[in-house]
Amino acid sequence: MGITLAYLGLLVMIPLAGVFVLTAQMTWEDFWRVVTSRQVVATYKVTFGVSLAAACTNAFFGLIVAWVLVRYQFPGRKLLDGMVDLPFALPTAVAGIALTALYAQTGWLGQYFYAIGIETAYSKVGIFIALTFIGIPFVVRTVQPVIEDLNAEVEEAAASLGASRTRTLCRIVLPALIPAMLTGFALAFARAIGEYGSVIFISGNMPMRTEITPLIIVKFLEQYQYAEATAVAAVMLVFSFVLLLVINLLQRWTESIGQARS
Amino acid sequence: MPSIISRFRTDKVPKTQSAISEPRWMRYTLMGLAAGFLLFFLLIPLFSVFFEAFRRGIPAFIATFEDENALAAIRLTLTVALICVPVTTVFGLAAAWAITKFSFRGKSLLTTVIDLPFAVSPVIAGLIFVLIFSGTHGWLGPWFESQGIRVIFALPGIVLATMFITLPFVARELIPLMQSQGRDEEYAALTLGASGWRTFLRVTLPNVKWGLFYGLILCNARAMGEFGAVAVVSGNIKGMTSTMPLYIETLYFEYATVPAFALSSILTLLALLTLVLKNIIEWKAGG
Repeated sequence: MGITLAYLGLLVMIPLAGVFVLTAQMTWEDFWRVVTSRQVVATYKVTFGVSLAAACTNAFFGLIVAWVLVRYQFPGRKLLDGMVDLPFALPTAVAGIALTALYAQTGWLGQYFYAIGIETAYSKVGIFIALTFIGIPFVVRTVQPVIEDLNAEVEEAAASLGASRTRTLCRIVLPALIPAMLTGFALAFARAIGEYGSVIFISGNMPMRTEITPLIIVKFLEQYQYAEATAVAAVMLVFSFVLLLVINLLQRWTESIGQARS
Repeated sequence: MPSIISRFRTDKVPKTQSAISEPRWMRYTLMGLAAGFLLFFLLIPLFSVFFEAFRRGIPAFIATFEDENALAAIRLTLTVALICVPVTTVFGLAAAWAITKFSFRGKSLLTTVIDLPFAVSPVIAGLIFVLIFSGTHGWLGPWFESQGIRVIFALPGIVLATMFITLPFVARELIPLMQSQGRDEEYAALTLGASGWRTFLRVTLPNVKWGLFYGLILCNARAMGEFGAVAVVSGNIKGMTSTMPLYIETLYFEYATVPAFALSSILTLLALLTLVLKNIIEWKAGG
């Protein structure tokens, strides 16, 4: 108990508090000037916009993947199921260079996209690809257990009352999955916003266009602009905390629905 | 935060009953979408790592591991993992023990704090240690420097950042497991006269061994692969403070593609091994 608190305090609480203490030492004008400067605001737009797109993609495909993995039998199902966790286990730098090599203009997949005019590397599309990759497991792994626990009798009842399969899916199955899907979405979104390793390879890091917020913190640090780095970090931290709170609430919602069912 | 990485689930597939199954066209569409998505975002990138690594043949692949800096990077990564994994494991056990076997106020707050490193960007994780330990700007940095200890741009900084990042892994695995097991067995052991320590070793630990092992391998994979946090604190000095992921970055931006992918393929194998072990554990714990 003592060990736990001391360790958490030393390693997590004090350092994180440090960010806010240092930020508080800046004047409000300085702080505001830094976090609303044009280049920094451009990074928010890229980071939040692309993260949102990637998280939405993951919510949609994650739902389908989870459904297919739980409900259908096909060869290689177990293998695919195991592979879903790969983005957790694979170092982000490795993911970054693999995706870049693949989706660059000369890459296996990139050449086709470039041929139809989509620049898949060194662009927002590239960032989107990287952020989608790292977010894959979140939605699948939050929705999967809920599908497993679904009560088949309810679906049978709907069918026996004359509902078509599509209608049953939309009116019975989907509403039950939405809290879990939102949780997974929020998790993927949170992860995407903070992601650094995989993005910097594929993004090209052009200021104002493909620069993400974590990267600008690193750039400030490399120029020994500690105050600026800290100010931007504080903005990101506040956002992360809010997101964590939302995730916890979603989580409780999911659990309460699960309990109501059983 | 849910324990998305911690589900020991049973693989039960309901028998396909026509009333609750989709029409054939819909099944194939959904399966096609799922397979296509995973193929483009997961399987092809995975395969391409090995393809790129062996693009110039096996000799070029092997030449990577004759490079002094690459060997130094591998050694450093192993050292960091060797320090971080045991520390995180002990912390995880202590935290899970405290949270599940005792009741006290602020318990849910404690759980949230353990989750924080999941929610914080790795870059910020690195930044906070720079702010504290930087030799020129940090709070404690100048003092450590005067004692002859370098933290930032040196091994201690890398270890600290990795410890921060991997902190939730073991604890997060153990908490739900120990919660579901309750305290009855411990009480029984204690009433039969076993000491607290003995109870822990003989009752608690064996009960959670699979969960513990699972947390351990995840923690190890993350410790060896961490990039963002380590990039900020290490200074990335070739042959000195460059870990494997950082050296991969250096090589890649120097257009040394084959060595970059050769080193990557080692880390990828590690990731695949982690996944295989994870599935074996799930199967053991489930069956």
